[in-house]
Amino acid sequence: METNRYILSILVDNEPGVLSRISGLFSGRGFNIDSLSVAKTADPHVSVVTMVTFCDAHVIEQIKKQLHKLINVMTVNDLTQKEYVERELALVKVHAKTDKRAEIMRIVDIFRSRIVDVGCSHFIVEVSGDSGKINAFVELMRPMGIVEIASTGTIALGRETGK
Amino acid sequence: MKLTGAQILIKMIKAQGVNTIFGYPGGATIDIHDEILKHDDLRHVLVRHEQGAVHMADAYARAHQTTGVALVTSGPGATNAVTGLASAHCDSIPIVVFTGQVPTGLIGNDAFQEVDIVGITRPCTKHNYLVKDPSKLAEIIQEAFFIAGSGRPGPVLVDLPKDIIQAMIDFQMPGPVKMHTYKPNYKPNKKQIAKAVKMVKEARRPVMFAGGGVILSGASKEFTRIAKLTNIPVTASLMGLGAFPGSDPNWLGMLGMHGTYRANMSIGHSDLIFAAGVRFDDRVTGNLEKFAPDAKVIQIDIDPTSIHKNVEVDCPIVGDCKMALADIAALMEKEVPEDLMKDRDAWLNRINEWKQLTPLKYEQSFDTIKPQYVVKKLHEITKGKAIVTTEVGQNQMWTAQYYHFEAPNHFITSGGLGVMGFGLPAAIGAKAAAPDKTVVCVAGDGSIQMNSQELMTAVAEKLDVKIVILNNRYLGMVRQWQELFYNKVYADTNMEAQPDFVKLAEAYGAKGFRCDDPGKVTQTLETGLNTPGTVIMEFVVEREESVYPMVPAGGAITDMLLV
Repeated sequence: METNRYILSILVDNEPGVLSRISGLFSGRGFNIDSLSVAKTADPHVSVVTMVTFCDAHVIEQIKKQLHKLINVMTVNDLTQKEYVERELALVKVHAKTDKRAEIMRIVDIFRSRIVDVGCSHFIVEVSGDSGKINAFVELMRPMGIVEIASTGTIALGRETGK
Repeated sequence: MKLTGAQILIKMIKAQGVNTIFGYPGGATIDIHDEILKHDDLRHVLVRHEQGAVHMADAYARAHQTTGVALVTSGPGATNAVTGLASAHCDSIPIVVFTGQVPTGLIGNDAFQEVDIVGITRPCTKHNYLVKDPSKLAEIIQEAFFIAGSGRPGPVLVDLPKDIIQAMIDFQMPGPVKMHTYKPNYKPNKKQIAKAVKMVKEARRPVMFAGGGVILSGASKEFTRIAKLTNIPVTASLMGLGAFPGSDPNWLGMLGMHGTYRANMSIGHSDLIFAAGVRFDDRVTGNLEKFAPDAKVIQIDIDPTSIHKNVEVDCPIVGDCKMALADIAALMEKEVPEDLMKDRDAWLNRINEWKQLTPLKYEQSFDTIKPQYVVKKLHEITKGKAIVTTEVGQNQMWTAQYYHFEAPNHFITSGGLGVMGFGLPAAIGAKAAAPDKTVVCVAGDGSIQMNSQELMTAVAEKLDVKIVILNNRYLGMVRQWQELFYNKVYADTNMEAQPDFVKLAEAYGAKGFRCDDPGKVTQTLETGLNTPGTVIMEFVVEREESVYPMVPAGGAITDMLLV
């Protein structure tokens, strides 16, 4: 069967141990996790886990059912079945030598990203978008000399039209 | 009203209808045992190893059809309980296990007898709790029982730090359980029910297939009713034995690796599998690609993850087996009876041929006892009415094949996890649940040694169990695989070094009988079963007898080794 990328948005009880139940389920059953992000929602008792996984249609069905079976899981929403918006955010610390500064700033501009810290030798750039955009940005920064990268996992929401 | 945590625990357990606890005390749980002592209506069965306690609670749950309860201490007490939890998890048995824990202030400090049992048991429980706030204790206990016993049942663990147990707090009986994230769906979809009936009417080569879910939901009557209405032959998984009467002419015997030839051939050649409460485990399906190639599948299960997991299903019905089967039966009763069993003669004749050609068989001997013969005689003497527990391996398979279970909840075995050492504690737990029943544990000489310390529990608690040891002085099932697939190299399966089982029984204050003469099998069984108290009946059996038929692991189920 064909492997696809799926984004699941999982609403869970905001309780200790819930993330470990989810990640344990994935490791125990040999499911793949490409990225995972956890955050509070508007309701303080509820957290949202956004998970990206690559698998076939048969496996995603099992993943969804198995997640739903966890006692602390409220809903499992497969965003890839509808219209959705996804974002990642990366902070990229890049060498900023005098002769490269202008070029970095031009690229930052093109990507509609922002320089959030300026030092004598480094910039820290904040860039957000889908993973394709982040990867493209990182590739362009590579020749400049990347010092460090920190990035979030994918987060996503369904669009209104996708109801 | 101010109560201690221990008092709240016992109050809440009793409110759930519990009157028997299997346990073993330790430093972290003294307060609870101290409280139990004050309640005459609460029986505490003191085991000799925590693994035994959990298996007893498991078997108690099955024989009593309620939730079983075990209580163990922190650290090693808790880790010893893990095998029992994993077994109950595989077999979907409702139990609640309480573990002691170091005081909350010490958690995470590598305190004496501290383990993260909630972390350890996350994958082998349906759910688990660490109680960190005494005001939540009552509610958590209630939820634990609710989760264990509802939906697809399973084990729940509640970890109780010592300061929570000793805390004195205001107690109010909580209202009914309300869980916004857990709402099992019992009601089957009406359209799917109608579709299932239509599929049965259209089928020419149907087979019904019962699993443990039929027994768990108490749906044997409804299942049997449908089989009668439609005259469809019936098979079952190991866990489903007893869901359909073993004496019925439409009974095919067990399915799978050591199933009967006719059951496997029937499934393999069917055009419809009507499955209820099964999960199509690999021991049942063999090679999935060759499993029932022509069959459409109806599958009823309370747990959606069981559906489409291994086998593609044409008519999935998510819901309680009892409700779904009752709805199907009701719909069938409105049909013209002949329409439900049209054009099936050729199929039934073919199944009958398979049955005639290759019945379950073994070669009787006048010199050595055949293990199958012992089980066959046990069935005759107990008239098929005993509760039978087994250990795991050949003893388990021969029991499944030759003790033709008539009713549900009479066969208690560790099906999914396959725990050696399960049978004896299970027999003790079943006896506690059904004191008027004859309870027999069929064991091998290897597996009985895994929890033989529980003989002391049986004797001390006067929970009389009858133990049949089929002694071939081998780890027989592994030896059988070595014979068939490992060039007869019997690496580490020889069990000639073993205790004298008669003396072992006597050492614990039980009775022991040994028999090595095929002519005295009946007599030994009768004497043993009629001797009061806990009894070991050891049968010295043919050493290299194997379980047949057999599907080699990974083979098609229609491709069986017959002898």
